[in-house]
Amino acid sequence: MVSSSATETLEAPPQLPGRPPRHRRVIPGFGLTLGITVTYLSLIVLLPLAAVFLQTATLTFAQFWATITSADAVASYRLSFGASLLAAAINTVFGLMLAWCLVRYTFPGRRLVDALVDLPFALPTAVAGIALTALYAKNGWIGQYLEPLGIKVAFTPLGILVALIFIGLPFVVRTVQPVLEDLDTEYEEAAASLGATRWQAFTRVVLPALTPALMTGFALAFARAVGEYGSVIFIAGNIPLVSEITPLIIIKKLEQFDIAGATAIASVMLVVSFILLFVINVLQAWTQARGRR
Amino acid sequence: MRIVQPPAHIRTSSVGLGWALVTAFIAAMMPVTSARAETALLNVSYDVTRELYKDINPAFINAWKASTGATITLNQSHGGSSKQALAVMSGLEADVVTMNQQTDIDAIAERGLIKPDWASRLPNAATPYTTTMIFLVRKGNPKGIADWGDLVKPGTSVVIPNPKVTGNGRFSYLAAWGYALQSSGGKPEAAKEFVQKLLANVPVFDGGGRGATTTFTQRDIGDVLVTFENEVNLIQKELGADKFEIVYPSISIEAAPPVAVVDAVVDKKGTRKQAEAYLAFLFTPEAQAIIAKHYYRPRDAAALAAAPLKPGRTKLFQVEKLIGEWKKVQAEHFADGGIYDQIVIKR
Repeated sequence: MVSSSATETLEAPPQLPGRPPRHRRVIPGFGLTLGITVTYLSLIVLLPLAAVFLQTATLTFAQFWATITSADAVASYRLSFGASLLAAAINTVFGLMLAWCLVRYTFPGRRLVDALVDLPFALPTAVAGIALTALYAKNGWIGQYLEPLGIKVAFTPLGILVALIFIGLPFVVRTVQPVLEDLDTEYEEAAASLGATRWQAFTRVVLPALTPALMTGFALAFARAVGEYGSVIFIAGNIPLVSEITPLIIIKKLEQFDIAGATAIASVMLVVSFILLFVINVLQAWTQARGRR
Repeated sequence: MRIVQPPAHIRTSSVGLGWALVTAFIAAMMPVTSARAETALLNVSYDVTRELYKDINPAFINAWKASTGATITLNQSHGGSSKQALAVMSGLEADVVTMNQQTDIDAIAERGLIKPDWASRLPNAATPYTTTMIFLVRKGNPKGIADWGDLVKPGTSVVIPNPKVTGNGRFSYLAAWGYALQSSGGKPEAAKEFVQKLLANVPVFDGGGRGATTTFTQRDIGDVLVTFENEVNLIQKELGADKFEIVYPSISIEAAPPVAVVDAVVDKKGTRKQAEAYLAFLFTPEAQAIIAKHYYRPRDAAALAAAPLKPGRTKLFQVEKLIGEWKKVQAEHFADGGIYDQIVIKR
């Protein structure tokens, strides 16, 4: 049984992209893996999320609405989502450059640089926050030069942006890198030999191939930034209506043992994040489909 | 002695299967203390008492061994006071809680885990020591800060931790409120205006007391740091007296961190005798001397006299006497939409 299906697969014509495979698989187990997927997702993701919404449901709608539309909460959404989107966008641009440099060129210390990219993953976020604050405070290495120019980074929304860029960087680099490694330079050379300018070769040939990976990286960096608390809290300054991120609003509620209020804010974050991530996914599928034509 | 990290994400288990599962999961991850032959107590405490209980626990273990011949283990859990209270409410099996505010223990009592009379079971309303809020200024006191009135002057930058999320910040806020109340002859309107001006001078609201210390001492932010007396003395000791000066204001708040046995837990585990002995030990001369060493104000007069701490001119007021019952103060000032929210947004 197993051997026959293996032969079948070997004899099957190469798959065209986009068409679902109809042949028997070498390794069976769709039922099993789907079962595990659903159970695992339910236990690890859905149940805690359901608990958030259940807890929120102890509020009346009027209370819920008053909680999620309070002045400090609304200001914090603007800051948290705005800064996270901006940070993810900046990381997408620079992450692409980093990935490009690491994949396309060999230079001494390349492996070291490559390893450095992952550090924001490994560093406890509180340490990152303290380190960044130390750098950008008015007596810090960088802050001392920015301060005379009138640029304040630590304890302002700009500081929040810096922290979010820091923690989001690896996502874009790590998602783009493998795709770029697979993308042969022959494509660019072919484009050039057909008369494309460098800019055309990049925007028409390289970029479309990388767009899905870039969007995934963007989405991951964004999602990570929205939920980030540890590093931001040290550099933010936490001034109400100016530099309070949404996770801090949640902590403020928990400090008053207002668990329902905290989960109400959390549910807003979840819903907005889900919508944004969903839109990014749809966009990604669309660009991928368009790229194939 | 093992340090038990507080579970960061436990919430209340009052609603839903989800919470029950989450709590059960976390409980399963906790080190099993009761399975051991010897008795183990878990003391759930607030953030900055690490050093204090690190000294007190071995002393209690020795005293317990000497008086009963039994060995006992003490586990510690530290974190933000209210977060720790939340963890206990959610099922963290604390034999005793040593919090920095009465409201945190009251909140646990409201869940029925601690009997309502907890404060009357030990001397001094179950508070083994006190401290107060004083100032730390930069060497030479360039802004000439002598009292609360100097903190509202335009151009003076004041560092306090976030009153919404830290006990430290709440005590700072209430100390300023009490000063203004007293100097205006008891007018809450005047106090409100005064505290509003003070908050307008705060450039950073750190999420913790230690964070505010770092902002002031390492980041060079602010002309004055308002924090606990023991923290101020610790800064002086750790960072050297040549960089900062201590200023005692004319009046400040008495902060008395309370302790309580968690009745529901000790009755279940059968550790009531040990837990009560542990808390009673905090009031003995031996423990009081250790408390004094850590720059708190012990209740014991002899220990206070021998303390390295030199309490300045500050007259202390009690929140209950000057401003109101803690519960009412909490609801009026720090609840969402309360006085703090109103004035900090207008600042």
